[in-house]
Amino acid sequence: MTDYLLKHYDDLITAALEHLQIVLITLLLSLIIAAFLTVLCTYSKTASRIIPGLLSMIYSIPSLAMFALLIPLTGLGQTTAITVLVIYNQYLLLQNFLAGLNGIDPSISEAAMGMGMTPLQALIKIKLPLSKKAFITGIRIAMVATVSIATIAASINAGGLGTILFDGLRTMNPAKILWGSLLSALLALLIDGLLRLAEKRLGAGSGSAAKTNC
Amino acid sequence: MAHAIEFQNVTKRFRGSSRNAVDSINFTAEEGEFITILGSSGCGKTTLLKMINRLYEPDAGKIILFGEDIASLDPVKLRRRIGYVIQQIGLFPHITVGGNIAMVPALLKWEKEKIESRIDQLLTMAGLAPEEYKNRYPAQLSGGQQQRVGLARALAADPKIMLLDEPFGAIDSITRARLQQELLTLHQDMKKTFLFVTHDIEEAFTLGTRVIIMNEGHILQFDTPEQIILHPADEFVASLVESARAKERFWEKFK
Repeated sequence: MTDYLLKHYDDLITAALEHLQIVLITLLLSLIIAAFLTVLCTYSKTASRIIPGLLSMIYSIPSLAMFALLIPLTGLGQTTAITVLVIYNQYLLLQNFLAGLNGIDPSISEAAMGMGMTPLQALIKIKLPLSKKAFITGIRIAMVATVSIATIAASINAGGLGTILFDGLRTMNPAKILWGSLLSALLALLIDGLLRLAEKRLGAGSGSAAKTNC
Repeated sequence: MAHAIEFQNVTKRFRGSSRNAVDSINFTAEEGEFITILGSSGCGKTTLLKMINRLYEPDAGKIILFGEDIASLDPVKLRRRIGYVIQQIGLFPHITVGGNIAMVPALLKWEKEKIESRIDQLLTMAGLAPEEYKNRYPAQLSGGQQQRVGLARALAADPKIMLLDEPFGAIDSITRARLQQELLTLHQDMKKTFLFVTHDIEEAFTLGTRVIIMNEGHILQFDTPEQIILHPADEFVASLVESARAKERFWEKFK
């Protein structure tokens, strides 16, 4: 086991970085699209009825099947992988984003509107800051899911830690299997831990949690 | 001179409802009046109030403030000229007390020093020492203190009209009595028109220079407390006055 690590540590680092790259690009694209969909759902009742249901339906399609469906359109490789990951993320992000926004006390929204804020001002000054914790939760869950599904994306030549794992499976090399899965699990845990820390910080910093004395 | 508030045949019906929430209402209020609107839940009093700052739009009729038909105004600009206080207070929990009060002046792009001195002035008026309370968060205040801030926030940009929707409804009776007195003093010191919704008859008659009594979307009587008590317009109003008297007799027994 350690032999493999010592001999091939550069391969492992390259794969891990590649994996992280897929995760970050996915996150960036996902956030842009999710922000747009969230705003759409808060302004249009029709959109808020249709979009979340549609996304949950798509989310239930297994990732391998999704990759297979997209190969005729986008071919093998990272483009297909990232497309699928971004689509899956929409479900996770939108659900948490909307839960955060809908969880705001209606009297706070009424006060904001009644004092003469435009819908955009109410969103930026009041609603977004009050739901930032739910936003970070959504990002955390989406990123962890991305790390794991991106491993499977190696099966369509997207690179990353999955490459080592699948190589190991094909050549019956336990060291490769172990390091491939260990590193991808480690990456998921690392991202999860960092974002949980951010969630805690945000919770402590906002006024809603500052109930020290009454 | 134009009336502060004028309702002309204003009607509002909510979708899915079989009757009008507010049914062809007419009344005028003059500048500087303290008008209380009394009625039980579902009588249309809150609906009437929320049409003034256009949180609700009437289906028919006109609402005129100081000679201007509000339907012709931009609702956002209109709301910045009207103070609005609600029962649930609705302070922004992630913003300090000072920041909450500064909100409307900031929306109106006042200068920083002017906003700062306005915050201090309003907090002092609300009986909260600025240096102690300005940088606190709403959750660090008691319910009564929070509503004082809610009131200060509504007064921040010096609106000519104040709409108050059961502002003391969720506050204990001792604090409520004190806040009522403070509100009366506050009103006497400035020439603002107050519209105050309540379901508490004593509150309505203590505070109002004139009282609107509503039931099922109609105004039953609009007069001074004295005139209503002496000459109730119909049986409903008479029974309302009688219910307050009955309560009084209950307390008399223990004297």
